[in-house]
Amino acid sequence: MTRDEILQQITHRFSEEIIGKYEKSDKRVYFDISVSAIVPMAQFIFKDLRARFNIASAVDGRERMEILYHFTAEDADLVLSLRVILPKSKLEVDSLTPVFTAAHWIEREIHELFGINFKGHPKLERLLLPEDWPEGVHPLRKDYKEWDPGAIRDRGA
Amino acid sequence: MAKTIIPIGPYHPLQEEPEFFILTVEGETVVDIDLRIGYNHRGIEKLCEQQTYDQVTFVVERVCGICSTSHPFAYTQAVEDILSIEAPPRAQYIRTIIAEGERLHSHLLWLGLAGHFLGYNTIFMWAWKLREEILDVMEILSGNRNNYAMFKVGGVLRDIKKEDIPTVQKKVDSIVPTLKKLRSAVMDDPVLHARTKGIGVLSREAAIDYCAVGPTARASGVARDIRKNSPYGVYDQVDWNMVVTENGDVFDKVLVRLGEMFESVKIITACLSQLPEGEIDCHITEVPPGEGIGHIEAPRGECFHYVRSDGTNRPERHKIRAPTFMNLPTFKKTVIGGKIPDTVITLAAIDPCYCCTERMTVQDLKGQKLYTGEDLIRLSQEKTDQIIAEMRR
Repeated sequence: MTRDEILQQITHRFSEEIIGKYEKSDKRVYFDISVSAIVPMAQFIFKDLRARFNIASAVDGRERMEILYHFTAEDADLVLSLRVILPKSKLEVDSLTPVFTAAHWIEREIHELFGINFKGHPKLERLLLPEDWPEGVHPLRKDYKEWDPGAIRDRGA
Repeated sequence: MAKTIIPIGPYHPLQEEPEFFILTVEGETVVDIDLRIGYNHRGIEKLCEQQTYDQVTFVVERVCGICSTSHPFAYTQAVEDILSIEAPPRAQYIRTIIAEGERLHSHLLWLGLAGHFLGYNTIFMWAWKLREEILDVMEILSGNRNNYAMFKVGGVLRDIKKEDIPTVQKKVDSIVPTLKKLRSAVMDDPVLHARTKGIGVLSREAAIDYCAVGPTARASGVARDIRKNSPYGVYDQVDWNMVVTENGDVFDKVLVRLGEMFESVKIITACLSQLPEGEIDCHITEVPPGEGIGHIEAPRGECFHYVRSDGTNRPERHKIRAPTFMNLPTFKKTVIGGKIPDTVITLAAIDPCYCCTERMTVQDLKGQKLYTGEDLIRLSQEKTDQIIAEMRR
């Protein structure tokens, strides 16, 4: 399948769910989509278009939280990124782990580093942070402050 | 099931990432495996948000000691994607040469360790002696044996001197005869076949479901290689082949890596002979707001970087995904149902790192600790000895 066919199929099938589309270059395309559309769209891209799930990146904008789900359509040399925007008041999105196992770890990671809840994840436990890390402290958020004044840090020169 | 986890000794952050595995066994058969990572979490993504674009190149170089070129490579690709520019041709060639040299030394390192885990210390000695030649090459080219510091956004920092090229070529060529000998040793040895064929099989379907990358996926018949699918550097301007095998067992993973080393030698040779004259840097002054993605094929698989710029001199967000993050969870498929002595080589087959196996304990179903990492390597080596003894009979 060529790049244009892939993009056409997605925009045709999910015309209502797609809020915005941004073609950065021939190889990089971003879709802004509604939060409820992530599971059907990811499923379509992964199962029907046979793209590979790269990873998800969460970004803390000050008023809102974004998650970008990156997929690579290998034959077409195209990286597709689906962007969902979550308001700070409701940080919740459906889990992709039931669709493909590859999302298991990254959802756990985003959960602990950004405090986003993934509905339907089979094992939303700590992955990277130690057991004694306090609940509700998410280190990759912009408003993160060190919670432990006694911690030993190399603060440089 | 009651579980008692007893950490063995201090943590060994010798290489990139110490993980902790808890194997649950019934008799000799592994029935479950649990993983815990994060022992070496250094908050590099957060750190990158506090550094300027030029400094981040050196920070990400320290994500991993073995593939220290892959991360700067992917990062510079991502920032160049924001800027919509490409590095000058000569810089692209130099980048490709460095990246392939790194692949050679990384695969040789792995091959040596795999040999050691199986009780073939001769392979260990051979492979690491070859690796030494490659490290010498890297020292000639970059001044460093590891952490080459060659990359910058928009180009490379150091040029390759014309008078160094014959020496580099000679050293790279010198590893080929021994590599061939190693390959025929692996292909002909019945004991190695008995130890690795049909062991730790990752099916094609599982590789796709887990989105496995690199040699781990290619050994399962999934023909994915960023160098071919989405050429960067000069991979589309030199002649080389993607190595894909079908069975997904440990033996096939060895074959893929052995095959790739010959391809790497081919790529380096072609790059050195075609190296064009010209600039090595396109002098970036500032990065506009925007977002960029860079992904490249590291020795262990795809390395993925996402960078968001808000127009200041620091990235607003920098997401790093190393290949092992995708490959590690496949243990759930490859280890369960296997035997304890096979675990070591199965876990080593995706090329995580040495300390991974050091950080492993085996529990029986009652939660009692049975073996430590050292015991497991010993068990693995004993099994090889046993097979050799049986074959001699």
